[in-house]
Amino acid sequence: MSSIFKSASEIANSLTAGDVTAVEVAQEHLDRIAAVDTDVHAFLHVDTAGALAQAAAIDKRRAAGEKLPALAGVPLALKDVMTQEGIPTTCGSKMLEGWRPPYDSTVVAKLKANGVVILGKTNMDEFAMGSSTENSAYGPTHNPWDLTRIPGGSGGGSAAALASFEAPLAIGTDTGGSIRQPAAVTGTVGVKPTYGAVSRYGLVAFSSSLDQAGPCARNVLDTALLHEAIAGYDPKDSTSINAPVGKMVEAAKKLDVKGMKIGIVKELSGDGYQAGVKARFNEAIEALVSAGAEIVEVSAPNFEYALAAYYLIAPSECSSNLARFDSMRYGIRVGDDGVKSAEEVMRMTRELGFGKEVKRRIILGTYALSSGYYDAYYGSAQKVRTLIKQDFDAAFAKADVLVSPTCPTTAFKIGEKANDPLAMYLNDIATIPVNMAGIGGMSLPCGLAEEDGLPVGFQIMSPAMRDELMYQVGGTLEAALLSKWGKPLLSSAPALGAK
Amino acid sequence: MAAISRDEVAHLARLARIEMTDTELDHLSDEMQVILGAVARVQEVAGANVPPTSHPLEMKNVYRPDVVVPSLTNAQALSGAPAQEEERFKVPQILGEE
Repeated sequence: MSSIFKSASEIANSLTAGDVTAVEVAQEHLDRIAAVDTDVHAFLHVDTAGALAQAAAIDKRRAAGEKLPALAGVPLALKDVMTQEGIPTTCGSKMLEGWRPPYDSTVVAKLKANGVVILGKTNMDEFAMGSSTENSAYGPTHNPWDLTRIPGGSGGGSAAALASFEAPLAIGTDTGGSIRQPAAVTGTVGVKPTYGAVSRYGLVAFSSSLDQAGPCARNVLDTALLHEAIAGYDPKDSTSINAPVGKMVEAAKKLDVKGMKIGIVKELSGDGYQAGVKARFNEAIEALVSAGAEIVEVSAPNFEYALAAYYLIAPSECSSNLARFDSMRYGIRVGDDGVKSAEEVMRMTRELGFGKEVKRRIILGTYALSSGYYDAYYGSAQKVRTLIKQDFDAAFAKADVLVSPTCPTTAFKIGEKANDPLAMYLNDIATIPVNMAGIGGMSLPCGLAEEDGLPVGFQIMSPAMRDELMYQVGGTLEAALLSKWGKPLLSSAPALGAK
Repeated sequence: MAAISRDEVAHLARLARIEMTDTELDHLSDEMQVILGAVARVQEVAGANVPPTSHPLEMKNVYRPDVVVPSLTNAQALSGAPAQEEERFKVPQILGEE
């Protein structure tokens, strides 16, 4: 039986038992990508030779009797915002077309040390700015549940790769919801760890005080396994937390929430949330109550300002971070005719290399940081950030974890919101507060909305450095829903590539 | 809220080193007006008594030992350069003729 419909932990068990080789597993996934990715377009680059070579090396070590890490030989899809030595890394931008980084990001170094087989790089909104993957310079990714719909963003490629069974594991990055919202709309699981838990070294920076890489998979346990593999202190990232990684796998296996207090955030529901989203969310709450959790309602009055503050802070940091794309040291260069000045070449290159949304945010950020406007915009946004942190502190005094729908709606149609930036930004209304406070956030599937048959995401938020609580609650909820449904949600998704 | 003019957007584009077309400047001026109108809401609650937060982690002075560690070789560092000469990045002229 093919390994493509198995979970990462099932594949790992088969590999350990010797029922299958890592090369066979990699080849089955590469074949799957060849069969369905023309329709889905989750990948920007498939590293066939590299993946098979990594898999062969694992098989050799296993055959020699070496004891290997838990995920050794399991394939993974890597978001194209992470550097991998010698492998094209575009961030979904024309600016980096053809660039092959000379070094591995820490996440990639850890994946390699764990023997994880990297299949290739996944599509994303340019420089991770977007909620639909439509802002990729290389064309959109399609949602495997309905190819006319968006797979979320910015990490739509990683989520779609999981939902279309092209890979059992993926890496995402989350600045305002780019792991969790794609997970929600594709019926997969994604975790944004506490800020500083996973190194940002080699993650091409968008908004440095918000960016956080994290694990994505099709179930909570696989996500926990990947979390433990990539997390940990890294001296190369000055904001890395110097503390032991918590026990995520153990927490995911607890399947017990008796006596836990779960806080429903009042402000993250109600108007603007689709009926089917609310219905599935309420059922998930009932399942948690049946499992022994106590529900409390909490209020976070300043969350209504989070979106506005985010769209000042993120563009401000982006305008500064993206100044590095100056056409001098790497990336494309346009108009260098021996006569034009460096500044003219820079301006022409940045005009051609950046897409619409990236330019929009650079200009907005440049404005917000300008003298005369700094206090009114960036300065005020930083104050809102304090208020949001205080709201979370007050809420976590009443509850162990907080919950909400991950997104107000299910996946929308490709093109539907492409020309309305503000409507697009509203997708992230429930995910952004988590980034502002630097705490942990998970999205896991809680069913299909009856009005459109599309997946709904359930968000769990944990205090900083308590990421294991999300896995404990998420694992318990997943098990309860699975026993109710009788089969995983993704088995209801339409078959792909059957032509 | 202060209106943002097309000239102002053109100035920002110059500061950000992006050579924008007239059409882009027209569109962006309109969009900026709408977006700034929406994000200006932060001013409603940002009172003088609220301290700013720049970063989720309160960290200060993160140092590393002052010792040489392995880094990229010249060849690696130059591997993505659009142009190079004598083991250096080759860039267009920075100063004018006069």
